[in-house]
Amino acid sequence: MSKATSGASIELTNVTKSYPNQPQSAVENFSMSINPGELIMLVGPSGCGKTTTMKMINRIIEPTSGSIKIDGEDILSLDQNILRRRIGYVIQQIGLFPHMTIAENVSVVPKLLGWDKAQIASRVEELLSLVELDPSKFANRYPKQLSGGQQQRVGVARALAADPPVMLMDEPFGATDPITREKLQDEFLRLQATIGKTIVFVTHDFDEAIKLGDRIAVLSERSQIEQFDTPANILANPASDYVSSFIGEGAALKRLALIPISSAKLSSTSATGPSVEISENLREALDHIVLNGGAPVPVTDAKGKSLGSISVKEISSALGADVSSLGIKKGK
Amino acid sequence: MSIQPAVDVSTSYSQPSDRKGRFFTAKRWGTPLLILVALTGLLVFLTVRGEPDKIESFALNWPYMAAKVDEHIRLSIAAALLVAAIAIPAGILVSRSKSKIVRGTIVGIGNIGQATPAVGVIILLALILGIGWSTAIIALVFYGLLPVIRNTMVGISQINPSVIESAKGMGMTGGQILRKIELPLAVPVILAGFRTTLVFSVGVATIATFINAGGLGEVLVVGLKLSREAVTLTGAVVVSCIALGMDWFAGLVEDLLKPKGV
Repeated sequence: MSKATSGASIELTNVTKSYPNQPQSAVENFSMSINPGELIMLVGPSGCGKTTTMKMINRIIEPTSGSIKIDGEDILSLDQNILRRRIGYVIQQIGLFPHMTIAENVSVVPKLLGWDKAQIASRVEELLSLVELDPSKFANRYPKQLSGGQQQRVGVARALAADPPVMLMDEPFGATDPITREKLQDEFLRLQATIGKTIVFVTHDFDEAIKLGDRIAVLSERSQIEQFDTPANILANPASDYVSSFIGEGAALKRLALIPISSAKLSSTSATGPSVEISENLREALDHIVLNGGAPVPVTDAKGKSLGSISVKEISSALGADVSSLGIKKGK
Repeated sequence: MSIQPAVDVSTSYSQPSDRKGRFFTAKRWGTPLLILVALTGLLVFLTVRGEPDKIESFALNWPYMAAKVDEHIRLSIAAALLVAAIAIPAGILVSRSKSKIVRGTIVGIGNIGQATPAVGVIILLALILGIGWSTAIIALVFYGLLPVIRNTMVGISQINPSVIESAKGMGMTGGQILRKIELPLAVPVILAGFRTTLVFSVGVATIATFINAGGLGEVLVVGLKLSREAVTLTGAVVVSCIALGMDWFAGLVEDLLKPKGV
């Protein structure tokens, strides 16, 4: 997947965080190398150290030992505040400044960096449009006049204000209702496709990780990496029982959502029933099949022209699963 | 130790004002009305009971009362302003400091100041520093520190931690966070404490007369000592009206300075 990128690489080497009076380190020997423009998801249960790991990148938490480099530059030797102005930071509670308008909230970092007024004003307008908030309507409102979803968009706009190469996001959509969350996720994906930041995204929701991540790191206690791979590879080949348990039930169904219909081999036999567009994913196709009483459904292109049909068999083979072996498992 | 905004003694004054934007509210117009009614009532009473006798006329004349009111207001406002200058930085220091000793010392001084009977403080200070205006001011300041220190601490500590975390994460320095985030957001609570102190000062300033620092306390003492109820009543009504008026005015200022959007 080629994308626009304005991101930087991040290199964590043997990063450890331990607190006095605690026998175990919160994070132990964490190493990871992140490519420019990559969206990395850190997934794990509460208390596994994923947030601590992320917060060491902007030094909200100081590492006890190890090294962290952004674009080859050792960030532990930089001034904390200078470093943080170059890293976008979005947290679950958003933390907008209640006494500042939306425009003022977004312009905090540009002001700290000493941009001139006209430059700030045009940047605020650009960013609010980018997160789909009409500047003429929202710029002069106060945070409490916005809904939770709108506030979180302002949070993202504010983090992007000075065009930082790196963004850290700590469960940014965790406090929103499922419908808003899904909408924010979709918008966020579209946004990332155009801006291509290097993003470290913390979540405990594996489905969110699959949906958003270029690569997912599944973490266990002390922030130990159990598996670090693309969503499709993790779903197809979980490295351990721990990872499988984290994926939970329905790994195959989750994988289907990642595979477009176009990568399945369509059957040429004609079918009747509700048709599905080729740009959709296999999960969508299966959904249609189920609604069609299990019978194959026609596949069309965007203009509605028929391209063939798809059945459970084609879906299974696209998944690389051997249908007969599944049958044997069931028989046991 | 859990710290709460000043709610003792003159309870309702210490709560941040809840009047938001509305101009015509019962409290905004009720207090001036009450003051007007009280003063008119007093004047009517004094007129109806006829000419004051020789002793009464010492106090019950316009120039004398005006001078005492002037002294009283100067005394209380000067003390309250000094309290703000000392107690707000002290409150910030306490909220910034991790040391329990610093915290304990500053809050302790405030507590002692308020817990000691005001008459005791003023007389003790007069014994050490001599009598007069400046001694009275010191005593009043000492007495009024606690509400402002406490409300500054509470005002800063009640700010949502996520707001501070995001400010930090954006690369604001400690000083910038204090000036641009913490103090503006703490303003309503700090001002509520200041209002309490202002009203305290007006009340406590009546004892300044014991160390020859003037004020309306003199009128009260004259009235009581010479058994002239009309004089005592006049002093009491006027001092109450000043306290009410100051509280009302501070309330207006509070509304004006309250950050928008909060």
